[in-house]
Amino acid sequence: MARFIIRRLLWVVVLLLAVTLLTFIIFYLFPSADPAALRAGRQPSPALIEQIRHQLGLDRPWPVQYLDYLKGVVLHFDLGYSYQNSISVRTQIFDRLPATISLAVGAAVVWLFIGITVGIISAVRSGSILDRMTMGGALVAISAPVYWLGLVALYLFANDIGVVKIFPGAGSYVPLSQDPAKWFTSLLLPWFVLAAAFAAIYARLLRTTMIESMAEDYIRTARAKGLSERRVILRHALRSAITPIVTAAGLDVGVLFGGAILTESVFNVPGVGRLAFDSIQNSDLPMIQGTVLFAAFFIVTANLIVDVLYAFIDPRVRY
Amino acid sequence: MALLEVRDLVVRFETDDGVVNAVDGVSYSIDEGQALGIVGESGSGKSVSSLTVMGLTRARNTKISGQILFRGKDLAQASDEELRRIRGKEIAMIFQDPLSSLHPFYKVGDQLVEAVRTHNRSASRAQALDRAVEMLGLVGIPDPRRRVDSYPHEFSGGMRQRAMIAMALINDPALLIADEPTTALDVTVQAQILELLARLQREMNTAIVVITHDLGVVAEVTNEISVMYSGRIVERGPTDVIFSGPEHPYTWGLLQSIPRLDLPRGEDLVPISGRPPSLINRPSGCHFHPRCPYVRDAHRRTDPPLEPLPGDSRHAVRCLLASETRRALWQALQRGEKPKEAREDVGLKVDSPVEEAAG
Repeated sequence: MARFIIRRLLWVVVLLLAVTLLTFIIFYLFPSADPAALRAGRQPSPALIEQIRHQLGLDRPWPVQYLDYLKGVVLHFDLGYSYQNSISVRTQIFDRLPATISLAVGAAVVWLFIGITVGIISAVRSGSILDRMTMGGALVAISAPVYWLGLVALYLFANDIGVVKIFPGAGSYVPLSQDPAKWFTSLLLPWFVLAAAFAAIYARLLRTTMIESMAEDYIRTARAKGLSERRVILRHALRSAITPIVTAAGLDVGVLFGGAILTESVFNVPGVGRLAFDSIQNSDLPMIQGTVLFAAFFIVTANLIVDVLYAFIDPRVRY
Repeated sequence: MALLEVRDLVVRFETDDGVVNAVDGVSYSIDEGQALGIVGESGSGKSVSSLTVMGLTRARNTKISGQILFRGKDLAQASDEELRRIRGKEIAMIFQDPLSSLHPFYKVGDQLVEAVRTHNRSASRAQALDRAVEMLGLVGIPDPRRRVDSYPHEFSGGMRQRAMIAMALINDPALLIADEPTTALDVTVQAQILELLARLQREMNTAIVVITHDLGVVAEVTNEISVMYSGRIVERGPTDVIFSGPEHPYTWGLLQSIPRLDLPRGEDLVPISGRPPSLINRPSGCHFHPRCPYVRDAHRRTDPPLEPLPGDSRHAVRCLLASETRRALWQALQRGEKPKEAREDVGLKVDSPVEEAAG
């Protein structure tokens, strides 16, 4: 187990190196706006642009820039400074992370709760009208784009523009440390909107795996032992059916920690996703690098955690 | 009073393809501490009838009728909750494949503990675990104190079935139903498991119903055998009678597909020709007629009842041939004759003989 984790951690390092290199190459290979010109303001003189270019180090060959960047990251965990506002990339990302993590974790709680509940009921009552209705609804939820769902939710429930003014609308995000109650209410709509598609996918996934596990011989054994149906379903059938859900949840939350761009944009939540989106529009290379690096880090870490978790969930898995 | 008495049990599954007549009027009874064998091919209804006794076939599309009297109480009429209390406590069951029948994610000990505490809420975990260790030891698992912490995949096939047996008997049930208990096991392990079942039956005075397709399995263990075909019992009798003087052509087929050492080595085994009948569109007349080498035209029209033999009320057969003809045929078969030769020997005229299966 320990050897497995060490080997995987080494791979994480290799992967992150590859990701930074790839981001660098893409940035230089594909046409993007000149960061120096963007920063120089309106109608700058060529000399000014050249001067800024030199200040930012953009006049050096890109491999040199890359190695320089790498040195900063590895030695000092220094992700550089934004071309846009000269503020440390690390500081900005850490400032934005709480909002993104709040959004992702809250949404995960919502979608796991709904997805697992609906999945179990649909599997146990498979073929019933209830099952058909919820699975039909799930299909709608999977198909609905987040930005559309978000706007509909705002139109219906936001306390400024909504038909029924019950939840705080866009741009109402308050950090948890500032006011937990307001943090909670301001995130309710984003949580449900972000969770909708995930809940639907999880419900369908769990329904499938539950129906499979309910047909297993050990379920017949559990019934033959005289266990209550509730215990047969929750302790025996769900126990083995939940495995793919745990995997999916780990990976999905990992991805969302890197930023939920659409949801953050619709609800104006100041998260990492928005930061990444803005930095791409501004050709802000250090910021792009930083957000991509963080996103990649969360994804590979989530992968590792899921694999380790697997060994605990399924005793037959050994590394 | 019999421990379990099944009367005229009928189980039908309504499917998209039609009604499956899985069990069609089966009656049998078993006394305390006795052992009954139910023998038949897959699809003969032998498993379904036993699962129905446990209430495990109950579903919206299942129609069950008849009586299942357990200690005088009709389980066919019992509520789901009443049945649940009986399952695993008074009637226990073990299954064919012990690997897939044990939950792969839980330790063997935990699964046994669960069986104890389901029916005895007041038992502490430690008490239940002690009982689990005791039972694992009783079924012959070495070092049970340590092995309770093993997962099923860490056990061998035989040990898994031993663990299943330990789990089934942990609440000291009056009746154990063993559904193909040795089919998934190695031949050497099969014998050990059968020996174990026979020993536990004696020591714990548990009545056992052994369900199998293999007459060899029940030979050593049971007092009485019922042979099932197409959802019905076609022959029933004491074990020694079924082996020494079987009277149903299907039973002969089953016995003759077992290799025999007392015949010359070159002798071919005689398989039963054809395949088990569809339970949706069943044959007319005697259900065995499409496969019976001794079929006459009348047998295709008349459905024989299960009738006790004149001389021995414990021995009953569902066959239209005269009892003397059957005995003569069986004697001819015993001499190593093929069904065709036996027919000629006995002078039985068949109208359109069933093709014998090739080698």
